[in-house]
Amino acid sequence: MKVFKLMFKNALRHKLRTFLTILGISIAVVAFGFLRTVVTAWYAGVEMSAANRLVTRNSISFIFPLPYAYRDRIARIPGVETVSYANWFGGVYIDKSQFFPRMAVDAETIFEVYPEFIVPPDQLEAFKKERNACVMGADLAQQYGFKIGDVIPIEGDIYPGKWEFVVRAIYQPRDKTVDGTQFYFHWEYVDERMKQEMPGREGDVGWYIIKINDPNQSATISEQVDNLFKNSRAETKTETERAFQEGFIQGTSLIITLLNFISFVIIGIILLVLGNTMIMSARERTKEYAVLKTIGFSGKHLLGLIAGESLVISALGGALGLLLTYPLVGVFSIAVPKSWFPVFYVEPTTLVMAGLSALVVGIVASLFPVQRALRTSIVDGLRFVG
Amino acid sequence: MKIPMKYIVRSLFTRRLTTAITVLGVALVVFVFTSVLMMSDGIRQTLRGTGSSENVLVARKAANGEISSIITSDVYGVISSLPQIARGVDGRSIISGDVVVVINLEKIGTNGGISNVTVRGVSAAAFQLRPQVRIKEGRMFNWGAREIIVGSSIARRFNGAQLGSTIKFAGDVWTIVGLYETGGDGFNSEMWGDVSQLQDAFRRGGSYSTVTFRMANPDQLELVKKAFADDNRLQQFEAKSERVFFEEQSEFMSIFISVLGIFITVFFSVGAIIGAMITMYAAVANRTVEIGTLRALGFKRRSVLTAFLIESFLLSLAGAAAGMFLASFLQFVQVSTMNFGSFSELEFTFALTAWTIFFGVIFAIIMGFAGGFLPSIRAARLNIVNALRST
Repeated sequence: MKVFKLMFKNALRHKLRTFLTILGISIAVVAFGFLRTVVTAWYAGVEMSAANRLVTRNSISFIFPLPYAYRDRIARIPGVETVSYANWFGGVYIDKSQFFPRMAVDAETIFEVYPEFIVPPDQLEAFKKERNACVMGADLAQQYGFKIGDVIPIEGDIYPGKWEFVVRAIYQPRDKTVDGTQFYFHWEYVDERMKQEMPGREGDVGWYIIKINDPNQSATISEQVDNLFKNSRAETKTETERAFQEGFIQGTSLIITLLNFISFVIIGIILLVLGNTMIMSARERTKEYAVLKTIGFSGKHLLGLIAGESLVISALGGALGLLLTYPLVGVFSIAVPKSWFPVFYVEPTTLVMAGLSALVVGIVASLFPVQRALRTSIVDGLRFVG
Repeated sequence: MKIPMKYIVRSLFTRRLTTAITVLGVALVVFVFTSVLMMSDGIRQTLRGTGSSENVLVARKAANGEISSIITSDVYGVISSLPQIARGVDGRSIISGDVVVVINLEKIGTNGGISNVTVRGVSAAAFQLRPQVRIKEGRMFNWGAREIIVGSSIARRFNGAQLGSTIKFAGDVWTIVGLYETGGDGFNSEMWGDVSQLQDAFRRGGSYSTVTFRMANPDQLELVKKAFADDNRLQQFEAKSERVFFEEQSEFMSIFISVLGIFITVFFSVGAIIGAMITMYAAVANRTVEIGTLRALGFKRRSVLTAFLIESFLLSLAGAAAGMFLASFLQFVQVSTMNFGSFSELEFTFALTAWTIFFGVIFAIIMGFAGGFLPSIRAARLNIVNALRST
C-alpha cells in the first residue's frame, strides 16, 4: 500500500513536468484518434456495403456503360430479388469546387436496394411521379440549405447541356455510418434527353445493383451474371458491393499507408515524451532508490514504483486525449464540406486502440528507468550526484 | 558578457539520453512534416511538367477531367480552323484530338487488386506536341492496327502491361508493341494507341475527349481564348494552356495531402514542443547551482536567458537536420496513387523543394523557441543566493 502512496506522491513531485507530460500524451492521443477517424471515413463506403448486394459493371472499367437490356436477363437468374441501376452523372453545380456525387438512378427500385436511406412514403411517391424530380440526403440538404420544391441547376459534362432538377424528397440516413450526401434523379429523364440530343447514347447503364436473397450465393450468382455476357461487346464484372467499394479505394492505398504510418509515429512520439519524463525522474531519484533498497525494499517494489508512476501519467494523458477527441472531430466535420467525408465519426475501436496504446506506452516507457534503477548498486546510488 | 558556446554544447552532452530523445522527437515531427510536403509537391511537379505552355488543351467547360469531356467531330472541325494553330514542316496543323478512357488493370503486388490506367488515343501530331514521349523498347504502334505503346511506369506497376503482352478490352485484343519513357511526367503513367482505333473500339463515332494544338506563337493564348469566347459554337468549351490544365489536375490531391499533413504536423509539433519544454525545465532544475554560480561570476540575466534559448535551438535544429536528412532519402522513392483529377493511377517521386527545407527549418526554430522560452525565463530569474544554496 505504501508503494502506491509513494507512487502518486512521486507523480506529483514535479507538478509542471507531470502536467506537461500529460498534456503531451493527450495531444498525441487526440491526433491518433483523429487520424484513425480519417481512415475510418475513407473506408466508410466499404463498411456501409451490404452482404446481399452485388454490383455489375463493365469489365473494362467503371467509366464504360452496359446496355439497358442486361437488366431483364439479370433479373431472370434464380436468387436475384431486385435489379436496380444507376449512372454516374458528374456535372457541375455552381462551380467545380462544389462537389457532391450526382447519379441518375432507377426511381422505382433504388430505395428497395438501399433500405438504409429512409424516405418518407409521401415524398417517395412525389419523387417517383415527377420526371425531373430529385432526391437528396439530409446532410447535403443541410449543407446547401436545399428545401423541397427547390430547383437545382446542373451543368452537364458527361451528359452535356443544362439540367434542372426539382427537390421532391429528402432521405434520412439510417444511422451515422450511412452516407447522407447522395443526390439521385430519374435515369429515364436523362435517357430520354440523350435519345433526342445525342442519339446512340441512349440505353446506357453505368452499373447494376443486384439484391440477392441469400448472401451465401453471391459468388455463384456473380459468376452466372458474368457468364451471361461473356464474349459480348460489353462484358461484365460482378462482385459483392464490398469488393466493388474496395476497388475504389484500392488506388488510394498510398494515402491509407501514409496515415497508418503517421499514426505509428504518433505512438512513437508519446513514448518519447513519457520515456523522457520517466528517465529524468528516475535519474533524479537515484539516491532515493538506493535508500529504499537499503531499508529493504526489493526490486519488485522499485519496478512497481516506477512503472506505476508511468502508468498513472499515461492513463491520465490517454483519458484526457480521448475526451478531447470528440470535440475535435466535431469541429473538423463542421469545417470540412460534408461531401468530402460523408461519414465521419469516432469508431469505438478507435477509442479502444488509443486507450490500449497509451497503456502499452506507459509500461514500455518505464522499462529503461526500471532497468537502470535495478542495476545501480546501493553504494553507487548513494554516491550519485545529479 | 556572453556565456561561451562550448558551455552550452557541453551541457547538452551531459545528459545524452534525454538530449537524444528530445532530438529524436523533433526529428520525427520534421520528418513527417517534410515528407508530406514532399509528396504534395511531387504530385504537383509531375503534373506541371506534363503539359507544355506552348500547347493549348481544349476540354468541355463543365468537365472535371479529360475522361468526362466530350468534343464532337463538328466542334473539332471548328477548332482546327483557328488561325493560331502552328504548322509543322510538312505544312499540316499540329493538332491532335485525343480519346481518353480509363481501363482496369491488376496492380503488381496487390494480390489481384485493380486500379485505373489511362488509355489515350492520339493522332500523329501528338508526338510533335509532346516530343518528350520517346520509345525506349520495342517499336511505335502501327496506325490502323490494334496496337498500343505503354509508359514505363505502367509497365513497371501493372500485370500484363509489359512489352509483348496483350490486353483485352472493348471486345478486342490489343498488343503492346513498345514501351515509352517521358522523363517522369504524367504521360509516363498512360498507354497510347491510334485514336481512330480507340474511337472505333469504344464506339465513340468521330468524337474526342480533348483537343490539343500547338500555337504558332506562344503568346497567342489570349487570342485563342477570345476566339473561343466569340464563337457561338465553342461556348461550352474552354481553351487552356496545356501546362495549366494538367497542373489543375493535381490541385485536389495536393491540397488534400497538404491540408491533412499540416493539420497533423501542427498537432505533432505541440507534442515536440512539450517534449523540449520538459527537457529544458529539467536542465534548468538540475543546474540551479550552476546557474547561481554563473550569475555570481558576473554573467547577466540576459546571458543566462540567451544561453538556455540557444541550447533549446540547438536541440531543435539538430532534430530538424536529422529529420530532413532522413526525409531527403524519400527523393529516391517512386510511388503511385490514384489521382482524383484524372481518376487514374499516377506515378510520382517525392520532391524536396527549397521552400520545404525553408519551412522545415522555420518550423524547427519555432518549436525550439516555444519549448525553450519559459524554462529559459525561469533560469534567468533565479535568485543568486537561493540558487547557490539549493541542493
